[in-house]
Amino acid sequence: MSTSIHLSLAQVAAALALVALAAAISFWRRTDLERDIAVATARSFVQLTAIGYAIELIFEADTIWLVLALLAVMVVFGAFTARGRARAVPGAFWPLLIALTTAAATTLGLVVALGIFDPTARYLVPVGGMVIGNAMTASAVALNRLGDEVSESRAAIEATLALGATAREAAAPFVRRALRSGTITLVDSTKTTGLIFFPGTMVGMLLAGAAPTDAVRLQLVLLYALLGSVAIAALLATGLAYRNFFTAAAQLREPHR
Amino acid sequence: MLFELRDVSLTRGERRVLDSLDAEIEPGATAVVGPSGAGKSTLLRLLNRLADPDAGTIAYRDRPLDSYDPLALRREVSLVPQLPALLPGTVESNLAYAAGLAGKRLGVAECLRHAGLAAEFAARDVSRLSVGERQRAMLARALAQQPGVLLLDEPTSALDSEARDAVEATLRRLRGELDLSLVLVSHDAEQARRLTDRVIRLG
Repeated sequence: MSTSIHLSLAQVAAALALVALAAAISFWRRTDLERDIAVATARSFVQLTAIGYAIELIFEADTIWLVLALLAVMVVFGAFTARGRARAVPGAFWPLLIALTTAAATTLGLVVALGIFDPTARYLVPVGGMVIGNAMTASAVALNRLGDEVSESRAAIEATLALGATAREAAAPFVRRALRSGTITLVDSTKTTGLIFFPGTMVGMLLAGAAPTDAVRLQLVLLYALLGSVAIAALLATGLAYRNFFTAAAQLREPHR
Repeated sequence: MLFELRDVSLTRGERRVLDSLDAEIEPGATAVVGPSGAGKSTLLRLLNRLADPDAGTIAYRDRPLDSYDPLALRREVSLVPQLPALLPGTVESNLAYAAGLAGKRLGVAECLRHAGLAAEFAARDVSRLSVGERQRAMLARALAQQPGVLLLDEPTSALDSEARDAVEATLRRLRGELDLSLVLVSHDAEQARRLTDRVIRLG
């Protein structure tokens, strides 16, 4: 059924016409994004080409260790990237690293254990990349929100601590809101999927010539896996990172910027 | 001795907030007065361990303050901050939360009466209270924990003269009715004289 799609570099280059259109809109409306658009285009080309060759090598080698090494690099890089968006949270790197590692391990472990995918590079690399990427975004959004919430609500948190509440009790409403904002985007997009937009995997499979029902089923498996991984990552990142705002004596630390 | 501070210093950023402070606070009612920025609020925060000094020692009832469990200490030495910060919900749910933390039976009407609020305030949502009512709800919430010491940070700063008189009458009545020590921060020397027996001057 499946017929592979082959694109030449010239065809990829033709798509640059749309990048030029984006840059022209930016120039015309003075949004000052032309430089960023150019950097994004160049980076996406270099990064995706490099990862394309890396994945090809990993597929050819067909060993689980190389797959795990690639996933580990993605997790570490994801934790660094997410930390950049969580500057107001002290010591955010370790909670993020633990959150992304656990989300990736649990989600991939489950889809393999349930017999949905085989434990081979062809499945684990692309699915792992999606899981880690979405978990990174969700935990970055959640920690960014947590940092804002805590810095805006210092008086309320200290008033609760002053009653003899634990740090966990004083932070609970803000951790809850941060967790919600980390997961809500994916929940909302999952609700509207198929109605307002077609998710990437399904589009890719349809373009590659797969049967629509197969494309839909694979997309559903991935959406459900992503929901799980996003929830795990945001839960762990917020649940571990809030502690860093407090001392061992349940005192709110001075602002961290 | 209720509190004993020896050579207590605290720096925040570039600023020396407290510099080698020695002070003794006896049971009863004590006022802490001084100009803005003299470290009055910081002193209260040190007394219930929302912050620790950089140097020096603080003792509570002749034991080092840091030898107490900080959570138990805060339920015993209750701080009412200057800015009212109640939890979302009703006045009663705030009182119940505080009483629950301290493991005390809640007498809503009694706490409200002590804080100068009518019993019908129990069901009122905190978002619908005036600033003065919030400040008194904060006081009622602290009283729900049945503390031994009440630390009050400018309890009448946001109030008009009528509301201020009501809170002052409440505090005088509390001293008479409950076995409670007060440490009151105020920038108003007259108020300090009206409400307390001793005055500590900072700055």
